[in-house]
Amino acid sequence: MDSLDFIKDIVLPPLFEGTLVTLKLLVFSIPLGLVLGILIGTGRVYGNRIISFLCTVYTIFFRGTPLLVQLFVIYYGLPSLGIYFSPFTAAVIGFVICSAAYHSEYIRGAFLSIKNGQMMAAQALGMSRMQAIVNIIFPQAIRRALPGCSNEIIYLVKYSSLAFMVTCVELTGAGKIVATRYFRYTEVFLVIGALYLIMVTIVSNLLKVMERRLKIPGLG
Amino acid sequence: MQEDQPIVLKIENIHKRYGETEVLKGVSFTVKRGETKVIIGPSGSGKSTLLRCINQLTIPDQGRVWLEDEEVTHIKKDINLFRQKIGMVFQDFNLFDHLTALRNVEIGLIKVKGMNKKQARERAYNELLRVGLKDQANLYPAQLSGGQKQRVSIARALAMDPSVILFDEPTSALDPELIGEVLEVIKNLALSGMTMVVVTHEMGFARSVANEIIFIENGMILDQGSPYDLFINPKHERTKKFLYKITELYGKSKDE
Repeated sequence: MDSLDFIKDIVLPPLFEGTLVTLKLLVFSIPLGLVLGILIGTGRVYGNRIISFLCTVYTIFFRGTPLLVQLFVIYYGLPSLGIYFSPFTAAVIGFVICSAAYHSEYIRGAFLSIKNGQMMAAQALGMSRMQAIVNIIFPQAIRRALPGCSNEIIYLVKYSSLAFMVTCVELTGAGKIVATRYFRYTEVFLVIGALYLIMVTIVSNLLKVMERRLKIPGLG
Repeated sequence: MQEDQPIVLKIENIHKRYGETEVLKGVSFTVKRGETKVIIGPSGSGKSTLLRCINQLTIPDQGRVWLEDEEVTHIKKDINLFRQKIGMVFQDFNLFDHLTALRNVEIGLIKVKGMNKKQARERAYNELLRVGLKDQANLYPAQLSGGQKQRVSIARALAMDPSVILFDEPTSALDPELIGEVLEVIKNLALSGMTMVVVTHEMGFARSVANEIIFIENGMILDQGSPYDLFINPKHERTKKFLYKITELYGKSKDE
């Protein structure tokens, strides 16, 4: 069987199934990771001493340990405490936790880049600190954080392949299974690479469109 | 004409210290309805800190502030309710960078006063009209000149229907040719009976608009009185010197 037929008939069907799983992982992980990252980043900058401390510890911990280790702990470690997750759920939890740690850094930096005068002017109008953060500071900060967060989201598209390590058969996992069965790694992994490239291109273009939509003169 | 007007703002014995430096050493004054009080003094004399102590953006170490018979510094009172009624205009404008001129003016009405969007929009638009910026309503701060930004920030303060507006060197960050348009707006406010406390170096403006000028140095009121008292007949040699110097520096006839 030549390469093209092999790819078309044998490789692509399972890879498409794997791609669907990857996409499903991303659909949950990207928004949840971003939301958690925003909460952690906000807590670090504007939380009281305890909240700020806890959020900082979170970031140190989950940015400082390998994602693979986190996934292993979630999937293989937690059952010893009586906590069981499906492979898919375990992977999503790991991705959300890890990407949130990175997002929180971008968000924190963006918050710190907003001039103090914005908060002062908001409070001078009679806004509470919370109102000022929500209505004035955050809408500016998120625009500044977006390029950094986009980068993290693109990483996430690729490190979603680690889900296979907790037996969630996504794109890379599906490929590994096919490749091993037929012992034809080159074709299979080239196709996998191309599929990731397509996904990354789509995601980064979507993010670019979002950045452009949110763009405001003089901000960002 | 302000003689028999009620007192809008009363500041009593305000002290503020930053580390070793005592920035304010017991400042007291009152502002009556419709009065324009101008605060002058050298840089670092505590003028901006004093203004911020009034609406508690800076918490004074000691001293009390009243707004229309209610104590602003009272521990149990919600400061945000007072701040709604104390407008503030900053030296560097502090417009909300992500909002258009119109939305800068309406956001306080919507989020703080809970006004419905349609009413708020209408009110905001009228305030922009009042400061001569109806054509700029949909521009973002980055698209406005300094003078326009400052006028938007004045409109933003006005929209809240404040009992008093505090101006913190409103023209100090502006190019000389843009100062006039902002002073014009402030002057018209004074004439329309708005109660104001203005920190400024614009002596021509102070002379023509102030009901009373307060000269602050080293955190204390050194001299105060009508423009006539201070410019023609100052009590202290120091006041005379300062006024001479600053008038020479900024020119005296911009507003005369």
